Amino acid sequence: MNPRLSSVFETARAESRAALIGYLPAGFPDHRSSVELFHAMTDAGVDAIEVGLPYSDPLMDGPAIQEAVSMALEAGTTTDVVLDIVEQISGHGATALVMSYWNPIERYGVQRFAERLASAGGVGVITPDLTPEEAGPWSAATDAFGIDRVFLVAPSSTQVRIDTVTSATTGFVYAASTMGVTGARGQVSSAAPELVARVREATKLPIAVGLGVSTAAQAQDVARYSDGVIVGSAFVNAILEATDLAAALRAVSKLATELSAGVRGEA
Amino acid sequence: MTINRVEIDAAAEALPGHFGPYGGRFVPEALTAALDELDAAFRAAMTDPAFAEELSSLERDYTGRPSIMTRAHRFAEYCGGAHIYLKREDLNHTGSHKINNVLGQALLTQRMGKKRVIAETGAGQHGVASATAAALLGLECTVYMGEEDTKRQALNVARMKLLGAEVIPVTTGSRTLKDAINEAMRDWVTTVDRTHYLLGTVTGPAPFPEMVRTFHSVIGREAREQILSLEGRLPDAAVACVGGGSNAMGLFSGFMDDPSVQLRGYEAGGDGVETGRHAARFAAGTPGVLHGARTYVMQDEWGQTVSSHSISAGLDYPGVGPEHAWLHDTGRAMYEAVNDDEAMNAFQILSKTEGIIPAIETAHALAGAMRLGQELGPDAVIVVNLSGRGDKDVETAARWFGIPLGDRE
Repeated sequence: MNPRLSSVFETARAESRAALIGYLPAGFPDHRSSVELFHAMTDAGVDAIEVGLPYSDPLMDGPAIQEAVSMALEAGTTTDVVLDIVEQISGHGATALVMSYWNPIERYGVQRFAERLASAGGVGVITPDLTPEEAGPWSAATDAFGIDRVFLVAPSSTQVRIDTVTSATTGFVYAASTMGVTGARGQVSSAAPELVARVREATKLPIAVGLGVSTAAQAQDVARYSDGVIVGSAFVNAILEATDLAAALRAVSKLATELSAGVRGEA
Repeated sequence: MTINRVEIDAAAEALPGHFGPYGGRFVPEALTAALDELDAAFRAAMTDPAFAEELSSLERDYTGRPSIMTRAHRFAEYCGGAHIYLKREDLNHTGSHKINNVLGQALLTQRMGKKRVIAETGAGQHGVASATAAALLGLECTVYMGEEDTKRQALNVARMKLLGAEVIPVTTGSRTLKDAINEAMRDWVTTVDRTHYLLGTVTGPAPFPEMVRTFHSVIGREAREQILSLEGRLPDAAVACVGGGSNAMGLFSGFMDDPSVQLRGYEAGGDGVETGRHAARFAAGTPGVLHGARTYVMQDEWGQTVSSHSISAGLDYPGVGPEHAWLHDTGRAMYEAVNDDEAMNAFQILSKTEGIIPAIETAHALAGAMRLGQELGPDAVIVVNLSGRGDKDVETAARWFGIPLGDRE
């Protein structure tokens, strides 16, 4: 496990709380603004940043992230831009993971991507459409460059699948709280606590819950049974609704501050 | 270009669902359980005589199989005088080969106890076939179709609605088949406990490519038997158009173990491969992962999918079935691009020489047969999969050839 990522979870555990992980697509709405928005998240108490690598066919994402990703692509966000953003925000003190569909990584080169990400200061990669069965070279590359590889489990995962996925995973396990795509929801799925309990039986790794968490109250609730709370679409929506960058930065800071209180049980 | 073998999981290649380095499963974990369930249901059905009986009686009494094989004497004059035989999938109920796969998967849906099917469609042929099977078996049906395609294939949208299906126009991305598949996947991941994704071609995560090919293999089995009886020998070539590649896999599968039979696939060259406006994955694509499988993909240097283009909505797709990718790399099959104008020329020639109006997708295969016939000469025997009829394309073709459409103009 990458030492910087493990220290995120150790710190949170020492403070008897869950870690807060915030997601935004890189390059949304453009390269420079994106860096400022990530800085705002870090400054407002987000423990780890999930830097989305924009992809043309985001089939696990709902409308908000689809829109943001297509803006990022139109703004010219390439894999090299994403790595540059990782480098800038890591320099600013962020613990940064990349979230990417598999094809851009395979196209960039598996070894090359792992190497460049590590040298940019990135700590790991979440791959929502890569299964452990297809991940042999990826496991070797991430091991070689000391970055974590995070796979997902879902409510439909059998116990056998959970064993397979958790044994291939390093860093933390990403538990998708619901059967569906990304997006804010009125309530977090009741499947989440049960899934987390099943994952606990299989692994000692920290477990972070994502999909559908958008408010401080939801974060507080999820923090009771998980080690990490992942929030994405709510940040994206806050930016989409803002009239300019200054307003977007304020909205992101406010949301991050609220969520940060949520994972501390202070919502 | 060949794949960078060093970075492909050699161990994974040995797993089921792979065709060399191609295929596999690149999907959200949430779908793994459903794919495992589907795989198990498919394998159980394949060894169950009751399933085989149920499917073959539907093929006989509903689809109208076996489809006939027509010798095209007058069209052959444009093919260097070769012996041209048309495998008439256009005469199937619903007007294309699509029904073969749909009936098989609809029966599996029933076996899995699911009440709803979803489907993507480009030209609308698979959507119509899915809506048809859903009506027949009493299943709920939702079809995702790119908004762009709902306009060029308005007739098929109406057909689906008449059959009781819900048609959802997809307004994201390029608004064509690729985006319809994204949207169908999003629906499926949300509703998978009661919904089967009736994928319409030999793409997608395992077991779809193998399963869809299996349900279409009836085309190749019949064609092999028919040509042996008509010509007393195997053909020199089996010819088909390739979008996702299901009609081609169906035909090719019948001749896979006959090394003397060339397998020839024709993909959409659009305005010309050199213009960038095409759907020629083998001519201009590179290995990548799209919609759950590793295959040839039209993509840029960063792995972003590039929009495809073709006059034929059914071939307008930036990926291709992974087994075709493997047949391409191993040289067992050969693939060439056919441009819009060459396809439309073949469309017109078949119509006027044989009295058969083909689908524009199929016209790409016919154009291929014209090239191949010239190459192989008058003694050659060529089987062409006439994968669909052209009724749905009348408006597009009329516009192409400048035929007035009366008050619709």
